[in-house]
Amino acid sequence: MNLAAKDIRHNFGRFALTTVGIGLLLMIVMGMGGIYRGLIREATLLVDRIGADLWVVQGDTRGPFAEISRVPANLEDRARAVPGVASARRFVSHTIQREHRGKPLRIVVQGLSWPEDRGDWIPLVAGRALHQAHYEMIADRSLKLELGEKVQLGKDVYEVVGLTSGMVGSGGDGLGFFTARDAQSIQFDLPGEALRLERQSRRARVANVDLGQTQPLLLERAVGSARGIPALAPAQVSAVMLTVQPGADAAQVAATIEMWPDVTVYSKQQQVDLLLSGMVDKARRQLGLFRVLLIIISTIILALIIYTLTLDKIHDIAMLKLMGARNRVIASLILQQALLIGALGYALAYWLGTFAFPKFPRLVVIETPDLIQLAVIVFGISVLASMIGIAKAMRVEPNKVLS
Amino acid sequence: MTANANHPPAVEAIGLTKIYGSGNTEVVAMKDVSVKLSRGEVVALLGPSGAGKSTFLTAVGLINPPTSGRIVIGGEAVMEGERALVDLRAFRRQHLGFVFQKANLIPFLNAVENVAVAMEINDVAPRAARQRAMELLDYLGVAERANNLPDALSGGQQQRVAVARALANQPSLILADEPTAALDSHRGRQVMELFRKVAHERGSAVIVVTHDHRSLDVFDRTYEMEDGKLRASLHDGHAV
Ligand SMILES: Nc1ncnc2c1ncn2[C@@H]1O[C@H](COP(=O)(O)OP(=O)(O)OP(=O)(O)O)[C@@H](O)[C@H]1O
Ligand SMILES: [Mg+2]
Repeated sequence: MNLAAKDIRHNFGRFALTTVGIGLLLMIVMGMGGIYRGLIREATLLVDRIGADLWVVQGDTRGPFAEISRVPANLEDRARAVPGVASARRFVSHTIQREHRGKPLRIVVQGLSWPEDRGDWIPLVAGRALHQAHYEMIADRSLKLELGEKVQLGKDVYEVVGLTSGMVGSGGDGLGFFTARDAQSIQFDLPGEALRLERQSRRARVANVDLGQTQPLLLERAVGSARGIPALAPAQVSAVMLTVQPGADAAQVAATIEMWPDVTVYSKQQQVDLLLSGMVDKARRQLGLFRVLLIIISTIILALIIYTLTLDKIHDIAMLKLMGARNRVIASLILQQALLIGALGYALAYWLGTFAFPKFPRLVVIETPDLIQLAVIVFGISVLASMIGIAKAMRVEPNKVLS
Repeated sequence: MTANANHPPAVEAIGLTKIYGSGNTEVVAMKDVSVKLSRGEVVALLGPSGAGKSTFLTAVGLINPPTSGRIVIGGEAVMEGERALVDLRAFRRQHLGFVFQKANLIPFLNAVENVAVAMEINDVAPRAARQRAMELLDYLGVAERANNLPDALSGGQQQRVAVARALANQPSLILADEPTAALDSHRGRQVMELFRKVAHERGSAVIVVTHDHRSLDVFDRTYEMEDGKLRASLHDGHAV
């Protein structure tokens, strides 16, 4: 007969409660591992999907994901002239937090190089790609926007024409795709008063230099639109993405562009590595620390419960020894209970996870190797947790029955 | 009943002494106790509280080693002072059966399991163990409560299950410490008679510590303990 099972049946309440507790802890451990996998997937998702072979960013920066990068928009044209380059697109990306329907709305604004890029590469779950140069957007489902919904961003109103699923930035915020022009006007949207003040100060600066005093027409120009002033820098973008022609050597192209002193070039893989070694790495260590702590807590709880269950049985263990039971019988009684709590807790964690993880604010990706690793850990802690109970039981003297 | 010359004594204690504690807390619970029991012999052990009866019984039961002296069971020397000469646990499960004042049943096992577990510990196959356990319970009149946990049994029923457990492995030596304290006199006598029956049928030796003078006639011999010393009693059973 299985003594462990009989004892569990007798102590069912305590046993079940412990299993639920351990199960919940393990679910969090499982979830944290899944969040880490999710972080990697989310962080590299855009780089993977956007289909660029090379990233040209501001010189000596590690942008545009790990840090801010600014390059002139006309870098696109310079890059196109490099032999082996098939296409060049601007990459415009920035995160905004606005109010929509009374709730904060965080969007990673992603600019598409209209008209070459209408977002046809974006995997849509509903709607369509962009059809016009302005006032349309493709939103990720996580933004909780509906098809056809109108969103006011800056001075303009944008209509959601397409929906994606799981397209989020490395911070977990949903992506919103706009034409690059729209993306920039969302980014550089200034209130009227700010514009007026900016123009006034421009005029004042021009008035202070000789040229301004001798050429009054310049003063006129200075208070006009920024676009009308050739002396001002053209709009900036975050980076320029290149695809190389089939058969061309990406490394060769990169080497050529690398010689330009104002930019730095990264391959797709380098860009992924930059993402992972930066913020994702910190998150990984943080999550790892939490997992280790939770596993230690689980072990302690399990050990404590197994120990108290054993203490409750000291008299019975003494009786078993008096009847001549081998140590193996007694140790396996305790070990089996710990393993059973561990195994059921693990199963419970997995089962609860199937309901809970989709509701987590971050993507949770549960992979089989991680599940196996956790199963091995749970087995290990169950054995460990039973140790002090077993040690206690081994020391019980059979004549304890008489006291 | 006298010893069969072909067999070694069922149990022989030679010069058992037990000293608890040391210094000024020292208690000599048992002083130079020597006794020899033949197979099939049933003896009662009387004596006032604190006389050392339990000390003697647990020493012979190999769960409370004597300070000095020698214990031989079935011709095999098993204890020399505090030193075990055999694997005591294996020896207990194969040769000894215990009954105490309290039933000491395992609370998470039902009646039949409590009996069967003693046999499974002794490597009897589960099915056979269960069957024999049922027979024993039936014999002791508690078969109808076989599937009840100890909590649901009366004190007397629990004690009968404990007796069944002690008999389960057909031990050559049965040690009972006030086994009938929880039973009415009728049931108490029944248990004593059962011990006698088992002893005579199977050749086991039985030592019963008891205060119940009414059932002394069941025993082959009676011993009395006082201040740690053992002597043959004047209270007589069937034979001297
Ligand atoms: N573990 C122990 N430590 C110290 N002294 C003990 C211990 N066990 C028993 N004693 C002492 O040894 C003496 C004999 O005790 P024992 O239990 O053998 O008596 P008993 O004849 O069985 O008494 P009772 O009829 O009350 O059960 C007593 O004085 C008791 O106090
Ligand atoms: Mg006693």
